Amino acid sequence: MKAVLRNGAGPARLPLAQLPIGVRARLCEAGPGASIAARLADLGFVPGTILSVVRRAPFGDPVEIAIRGYRLCLRLEQIDALVVEPTTAEGEP
Amino acid sequence: MSAAIEHEPRPVRVALVGSPNAGKTTLFNVLTGSSARVGNYPGVTVERREGVLRGASPEVRVLDLPGTYSVVGETPDEQVVEKALAGRLANEPDIDGIVCVVDATTLRRGLGLVREVLKRGRPTLLVLTMIDEVRARGGKLEPLALGRILGIPVLGVVGHRGVGMDPLYRLLPDPSRWSPAAVLPPADTVAQRFAWVDDVCRAISADELEPDTKTDRIDRVLLHPVFGLLVFAAVMVLLFQSIFAGAVPAMDAIDAGFGAIGQLSREVLPAGWLTDLWADGVLAGVGSVLVFLPQIVILFTFIHLLQDVGYMARAAFVVDRVMGWVGLQGRSFVPLLSCYACAVPGIMAARTIASPRERLATILVSPFMTCSARLPVYTLLIAAFVPSATLFGVLGVQALVMFGLYLLGVATALVSAALLSSTLLKGTPSIFYMELPPYRWPTPGLLAKQVGRSAGAFVRRAGTIILATSIVLWGLLSFPHAAPDPSRTPAEEARANLEASAAAHIGHALEPAIAPLGFDWKIGVGLVASLAAREVIVATLAQIYAISDVDDSASLRQALRADVDPATGKPVFSLPVALALLVFFVFALQCTSTIVVMARETGGWSWPALAFSYMLGLAWLGAFTTYRVASAILGA
Repeated sequence: MKAVLRNGAGPARLPLAQLPIGVRARLCEAGPGASIAARLADLGFVPGTILSVVRRAPFGDPVEIAIRGYRLCLRLEQIDALVVEPTTAEGEP
Repeated sequence: MSAAIEHEPRPVRVALVGSPNAGKTTLFNVLTGSSARVGNYPGVTVERREGVLRGASPEVRVLDLPGTYSVVGETPDEQVVEKALAGRLANEPDIDGIVCVVDATTLRRGLGLVREVLKRGRPTLLVLTMIDEVRARGGKLEPLALGRILGIPVLGVVGHRGVGMDPLYRLLPDPSRWSPAAVLPPADTVAQRFAWVDDVCRAISADELEPDTKTDRIDRVLLHPVFGLLVFAAVMVLLFQSIFAGAVPAMDAIDAGFGAIGQLSREVLPAGWLTDLWADGVLAGVGSVLVFLPQIVILFTFIHLLQDVGYMARAAFVVDRVMGWVGLQGRSFVPLLSCYACAVPGIMAARTIASPRERLATILVSPFMTCSARLPVYTLLIAAFVPSATLFGVLGVQALVMFGLYLLGVATALVSAALLSSTLLKGTPSIFYMELPPYRWPTPGLLAKQVGRSAGAFVRRAGTIILATSIVLWGLLSFPHAAPDPSRTPAEEARANLEASAAAHIGHALEPAIAPLGFDWKIGVGLVASLAAREVIVATLAQIYAISDVDDSASLRQALRADVDPATGKPVFSLPVALALLVFFVFALQCTSTIVVMARETGGWSWPALAFSYMLGLAWLGAFTTYRVASAILGA
């Protein structure tokens, strides 16, 4: 995890699927303009939103994500296109 | 618009809009009491719930729209909401007021939907549910403060406890007097909408909730990679153990009750065919199915309880990966689990699956899940032929066989789903998302109501379709009579009459097809009758043995065990025959209601026809294999 964070000057961007459990991050890009992106946006996945991965399911997939004060589970393949940036900002995702 | 509505004679209509898990349906149940009517929207397969507001005069109709995260239609559910808000639903009078229902603890998600609804420019009211949890988690959400920003009336309630409901009852009858929405800053994109939501939450300092530590602590165990799976398996095993063992006393009582009524009827009523019809047709037929009411009640209590406390979504989370392997998704799990009760609501619940592909796959494999109608058949045959020994002192062999049958059903459903998604339904899987709601204590009153509704549906089935089939079957089994022969004993006479009956002819005609499975003509009659509904076979066998057996006190179980083939002198029902029949019932699609619902949900008869043939073929092969293998192993 440290290697990821210390890549270059600012915190490194990484796909949400690779975000370590419990690390708070800010959503940078909401993926390609497919219908999945629109659907994810309705669920609260818009750029700037703080989120974190709470846990993975017993077989590693799907993952539980804390966002906007609720818990949502999504499959890894669906959050592939979401890019996040770890943050130290305050506030519950 | 509002002025015109006031003078119209038609009742005021309000619609509930909100996301799944927002407490919308609980609120609806509280508002409408027992007046709810469940139906369908014309042309589409979305459930329509409407009720009358309790104690309101003049009448106020409350429409419970399907739960949705978006008012732009993608799934059939969302399209209904979109059209309802636009007043474009076919054959539906326009809505006078919209009640937005938002879970107060997830305001930052829910307000986005409210914003979209306000854009429609209709009288709107916002109800914040579970307002008590906000306070318990250190929040200080003020409905009045939110109301000042939005302009519209905002009420905080605790729906299931009726807290804060009085203002709602006062406001609902008159949407034209609700204060109109304030002029809100433009928010054309979703991102702008959520930015606005964040501003609002900051303005009323509503986003400072402490984390839900109770839910977190429970999830740490229930969603644990190892313990989570163990708990999941344990919940399922517990379900079957309690259905099998826990229901016995109540079942015995019902059985004895029907037996006593039958005996009393024979003593009081004059002998004749009408009394025979009553005792052997109606009582034996309906009684033998109603005896399973305790098991049905336990099953539905479990399903509704798991749903209400929030475990259902966890179960879907735990097994989603497995469902994904066969081309289904976690969302398919809840419909499939509902199929344990009955495939009809299960197939209808599949509407929540957004993609047509996963939805169709789920619908087609639904009938493999062990519905409650199979339970009477399983229970009867297992209790009659599987030894009641225990393994390791706790696990009953009978319960294990039962569990095995359930497992066989699930396994076949999953394999069939994989087969479907790699052949007929090839394509890319669609988006899967599901909320994990906080754990909540169930409300006994609401739980009892849900269980009562489900059990009522089962009893109605026993009173209609099964009663009708019982009477028809009694006719087929009783006529024509054999030529009277005074030299026969009463028992021989009864058997001769049965062998001469119309039903026996049907059964004998089937024998070439079912003899390889070890089934005799009596089972054949039962199989034909069970095409209407699976549990009818129990009623049929009860009638066959009530008629051929002069000793009325012998239970069906004992009668099955004692029946001997007159040609070979061997028992008709051996363990291999019983197992083959069980396997036949695991696979075959013997249910008129399921076929009809499947046709309605898939928009034609080709999918149900395919499912019926596929399942019948599988049933024959499965029963054949089971009979041969079991016979070889047991040396019968």
